[in-house]
Amino acid sequence: MSEEIAISVKNVSKDFVLPHEKVSSIKSIFTSVTKKRNKKADTQHALKDVSFEIKKGEFFGIVGRNGSGKSTMLKILAGIYQPTAGSVRTKGKLVPFIELGVGFNPELTGRENVYLNGAMLGFSDKQVKAMYKDIVDFAELERFMDQKLKNYSSGMQVRLAFSMAVRAEADILLIDEVLAVGDADFQRKCFDYFRSLKGAGTTVVFVTHDMDAVREYCDQAILIENSQLVERGLPSKVAASYTKMFTDQAKGADESSKEQKRWGNSSISYKKVSVSHNKLTSANKEITIKLTAVANKEVENPVFGFLIKNSAHVQILGTNTKIIRKDIKILKKGESIELEWTVPNIFNEGLHYIDPAIIHDGGQVADWWEEAAAFRAIKEDKTPFIVSPDIGLTIGSK
Amino acid sequence: MHKLTQRYRYSYILLRQLVKSDFKLRYQGSVLGYAWSLLRPLFLFIILYIVFAKFLKVGGTIPHYPVYLLLGIVLWNYFTEVTAGSVSAIVGSGDLIRKINFPKYVLILAGSFSAFINLLLNFIVIGFFMVLTHVALTSSAIIMIPLIIELFVFSIAVAFFLSALYVKFRDVLYIWEVIIQGAFYATPILYPLSLIPDKAAKILILNPMAQIIQDARYVLVTKDTDTIYTLWGGDRWIWLIPIGITVVTALAAAAYFRKQSKYFAEEV
Repeated sequence: MSEEIAISVKNVSKDFVLPHEKVSSIKSIFTSVTKKRNKKADTQHALKDVSFEIKKGEFFGIVGRNGSGKSTMLKILAGIYQPTAGSVRTKGKLVPFIELGVGFNPELTGRENVYLNGAMLGFSDKQVKAMYKDIVDFAELERFMDQKLKNYSSGMQVRLAFSMAVRAEADILLIDEVLAVGDADFQRKCFDYFRSLKGAGTTVVFVTHDMDAVREYCDQAILIENSQLVERGLPSKVAASYTKMFTDQAKGADESSKEQKRWGNSSISYKKVSVSHNKLTSANKEITIKLTAVANKEVENPVFGFLIKNSAHVQILGTNTKIIRKDIKILKKGESIELEWTVPNIFNEGLHYIDPAIIHDGGQVADWWEEAAAFRAIKEDKTPFIVSPDIGLTIGSK
Repeated sequence: MHKLTQRYRYSYILLRQLVKSDFKLRYQGSVLGYAWSLLRPLFLFIILYIVFAKFLKVGGTIPHYPVYLLLGIVLWNYFTEVTAGSVSAIVGSGDLIRKINFPKYVLILAGSFSAFINLLLNFIVIGFFMVLTHVALTSSAIIMIPLIIELFVFSIAVAFFLSALYVKFRDVLYIWEVIIQGAFYATPILYPLSLIPDKAAKILILNPMAQIIQDARYVLVTKDTDTIYTLWGGDRWIWLIPIGITVVTALAAAAYFRKQSKYFAEEV
């Protein structure tokens, strides 16, 4: 029973045709015929040859960056988009929650909207009538049901919509970041609901960026990147790949993209740049940056240093051997040097890049290596500032 | 089989709710509410009566000319309401289409049914004036049923075609406004067919709307009017042309809508 396949996706591709100039008036049809057909439409490949299967009762996560194609995948599963190639087979009643409260009409009363939204979810009048009281109770909106929806606050609308949504007796639920809306209390309600689904044998497909939610709820997950399925399997594995994707992206340490971002006369050059932590949490009080350089010829008074930029490429700190008065007199040809820098963890949440550099003879650049390494800082207590050091506080009272 | 009934059950539920909401919203905020459904044709009749029966006297020899006029206008208004209303039916529901998968034809059907309810209400007013002006109801009135079916099919066919085309070409809205104005005068609604040259009348009557309106007048109001039979006389099978136009339009529109509806979510 548990091995039954609920959704099977086979070699699905989806292309969107993006005309340079959208032909949406009759006149432009004629003019574009006479003009020469040089305006070739761009085809955007939103998904390329994606295949996977979801078992019945599984909690399935689809993760990926913005624009990776994960929402397109969900819309194809929901039958809203037709795949350009390949096939999707689903078994059982499927209810998509691309958004809560689909079809709500602000001019109708709360009560009328319950019936309308109920119809969208496939409930007849009779069925809605039977569960009407439960819906209203759950949404805690008894007093407002005969008011027009336009007079509801957005929170009330979401509550009503969610209260409808949980009634949908679906075999397969598709959820697109519904959890992103609503206050903490509402989010908890959502999570409680998901927990209850897990026991009830409902198949849930869940699109998100939230790796914690993936780890906590999903049985299986896939990672979509650049329109392709790049990883599938246990959520911990997929979440790790997802996080790694971001770190890799900026890690110039991989030899590949160093050309454009590195310059200098190479009299001395860095051989190795490494950091003690790829992921820096609040538990880590400091980060160690290890720079290994080798001299290609004899250089006097070289200055070694680095600077750290945040994900917005703002330079937030930096230093060098001259500033901290640790002068290096001379480096002979072939001689190598290792510098280990310790930087206190003052970083705010996000990706940080390290640019090491070597300068000699009052300003000549030997080696300047932009984004040679990167690390991600994770701060539970984010602040909207460039850095976020631990700030002590003692409150005394007199 | 189970899936099939499931699918149509969903369409039916949705259709019912959409027609209901549409009707609730129609006269929302107006003091007289649904009464307007009856008052509108009533006032229309008064205007027609004053202008055409008292001043212009276009009707000439046609008996019961005001009722004759009202019937034509009511049928024409139904056609206009369904087609013009449907042009933006798909685009207007773009938000819905992008978020949920449902049979899109329900949107057009819903608009068509709302207008149909309105048409039936209008017929109450027509019946009222028929009694008032002593128009005798004969057994031939039963022909109204196939005529109304033809009207329903033709209107919805045009509606399907326009709504799907509008998703791609936003000019359709304006083009249709012009066409419907022209068609109003090309259809014998305000004038009797006897006023125009015989040859022109013979062509005009081939238009399904003209045929429907003239036939409806013939069976309901007066035998003293031109229909496709009286104009073409001997060619008995010529009446198949407007029916044929209706059927062909319906099939072509259904095929076009079906094909396009798969891509509505991406294009609206």
